[in-house]
Amino acid sequence: MSSREAILSRIRKARGVAAEPTGAEQARIEAHLRARPISTRPSLEWNPLERFREQCVRMSSTVDGVATMSEVPAAVARYLSSAKLPMQAVAWPGIAALDWSASGVAVEGRPAGGDDLVGITGVHLAIAETGTLMFLSSPTTYAATSLLPETHIAVVPVGVIVPAMEEAWDRTRRETGDLPRAVNFVSGPSRTADIEGQLQIGAHGPFRVHVIVVGA
Amino acid sequence: MISQHTDSTGTYASVHFKSRAHDKLNDAKVQRAMRNFNLAAARSRAVAEVDNFEDLRTAAAAIRDRSLADLDVWLERFEREATRRGTKVHWAETHDDINRIVIEIAKAASVRKVIKSKSMVSEESHLNAALEGAGMQVVETDLGEYIIQLAGETPSHIIAPAIHKTRDDVADLFHEHHKTPRKQSISELTMEARKFLREHFLSADMGISGSNFLIAETGSTFIVTNEGNGRMTTTMPRVHVAITGIEKVVPTLEDVSALMRVLARSATGQSISNYISVNTGPKQPGDADGPEEMHVIIVDAGRSQLIGSDMQEALRCIRCGACMNHCPVYQNIGGHAYGWVYPGPIGSVLTPNYIGLQNALDLPNAATLCNQCGVVCPVRIPLPDLMRKLREKQVDRGLRPKSERFALKMWAWAAARPGIYSLFTRIAARVGKSMGGSGGLIHKLPGGGAGWTQDRDMPAPGGKTFRELYANRPSKGGGGR
Repeated sequence: MSSREAILSRIRKARGVAAEPTGAEQARIEAHLRARPISTRPSLEWNPLERFREQCVRMSSTVDGVATMSEVPAAVARYLSSAKLPMQAVAWPGIAALDWSASGVAVEGRPAGGDDLVGITGVHLAIAETGTLMFLSSPTTYAATSLLPETHIAVVPVGVIVPAMEEAWDRTRRETGDLPRAVNFVSGPSRTADIEGQLQIGAHGPFRVHVIVVGA
Repeated sequence: MISQHTDSTGTYASVHFKSRAHDKLNDAKVQRAMRNFNLAAARSRAVAEVDNFEDLRTAAAAIRDRSLADLDVWLERFEREATRRGTKVHWAETHDDINRIVIEIAKAASVRKVIKSKSMVSEESHLNAALEGAGMQVVETDLGEYIIQLAGETPSHIIAPAIHKTRDDVADLFHEHHKTPRKQSISELTMEARKFLREHFLSADMGISGSNFLIAETGSTFIVTNEGNGRMTTTMPRVHVAITGIEKVVPTLEDVSALMRVLARSATGQSISNYISVNTGPKQPGDADGPEEMHVIIVDAGRSQLIGSDMQEALRCIRCGACMNHCPVYQNIGGHAYGWVYPGPIGSVLTPNYIGLQNALDLPNAATLCNQCGVVCPVRIPLPDLMRKLREKQVDRGLRPKSERFALKMWAWAAARPGIYSLFTRIAARVGKSMGGSGGLIHKLPGGGAGWTQDRDMPAPGGKTFRELYANRPSKGGGGR
């Protein structure tokens, strides 16, 4: 008997059920997979945009807002210069395609390497309840851009803000079908408290997460 | 195999709980380090921010129970979906199987350097030693795990593995292993670890992680970290292996969303952890990053025997650590005293079940049954009840020490004979009173009681037994109440 069969049959024996799953068991799990009920949640009675901005700050991100995508390069330049950061970044192709000429920021549309200091991305969705950014992997949404650089800037159109994680899954299923290889949720900069329980910002991921909300 | 959990005769360290706990209580460094613990306060602030945390706990327990009720069917569904998406699913019956499977995967992919995100199951199997024995370099990347790897120790807490270390210990370790000038502050030490580990992330061939949950609906792993090492481990190396227990399967993405609400609040007092990685299969055509191979190893190693037993509720555990953060025993002795992988109340239940009750005799007794753990557990595991059941099993199987069994037998004999019982208690009440002197406090009990009075006084009895007092109570006019 393979390890697989041994483990599964041990579980079935322990459960006190027949050797093979019955139709009733299959029907029970199919029904749950079809219904995908949303469990008990805390009260979500807030304005999603306000809640998102407030929770981003709570998770130690910084937040800015602009009216249109064309204002993003100037907002990025403002942030980088006020934080005394290099005016140089790598970005997802969609972001690199914006008109950066007047901004003074040199932007390259390529995946981030270990030495790049600033990474600019869009997001798939954003979650108001917890101030969370949601990323899907694809040929043009490099995972490393939001991970390796010390500073991560995320551009969040107001229309992608959903109330909670359950709505994010529902919308993703409807838009993409199967999940892509990687779905990453990011809530603020990287942190650790592994030495004497003292919180330190910037363990392995970015030290700074700056969110630019567009269209508010 | 000799390891930090067993000695050269194969005896488990967890057998020696009493003497290990005693050593930790007298270890000034451990006592100083344990004072740094602040996770209980963080949790209480975080749960107060939602209006219905108790309802969230009840719902989370129900989600875990749903998984366990049809466990094999959910696992098969997970396997089917994961396989469809290109993940290779492996099944490990024992700890040795885990190590064998990982080494086979590594050899087939010509792996030389392995980076690890946190995996408690790999601590059970001593995977690092096995990989090093097979000629590979292994680097832990969770900061706490990295520190204890350099120190050659084991984790003392499931989410704060190096909580028993002080910043001076860490400074010495980094100075010695990194050959860099000795750092003074925690922020400098964290930055130095970032720099050294970054190089390992970018040069490793294989990433090994745990998986907080397996999602049956999508065949995905679900990895939660604050440092970002979980994302690194699943993004940078060309092979990703996730190792997790059979009990970690969860039906749907909606279900895991509900579990996240209680996990992060219970663990670190956050509303959500900084990073969650949901990985489904290897890199897809055109992707800029991601592993070329993805493997999931589903581990039994003693878990299936809890299914259908009076211990099944322990399998709900989502490894937040709240029970140890609130345990007065853990808070005083730290995690190493427990001798195996999982310390604190959940360890006192899991360890005897996974390595044998006879190998962890004192663990179910290493609790005052104050139920702090039961009150905070995000999935409502009745930890004190489970410890009490394990104590009963010890007695049923005759595993308690001879002296204890003899004493209980004597007590039972006397208690069944009212005359003799009354005589003994009358003597004890009088002797006790005289020992207390004018202050009414006994400073030093004789024999087996000596330990009890080592650090405190015992109030002396009043000199008469309850039955004497009751018999002589002033009569209330009319009587017959």
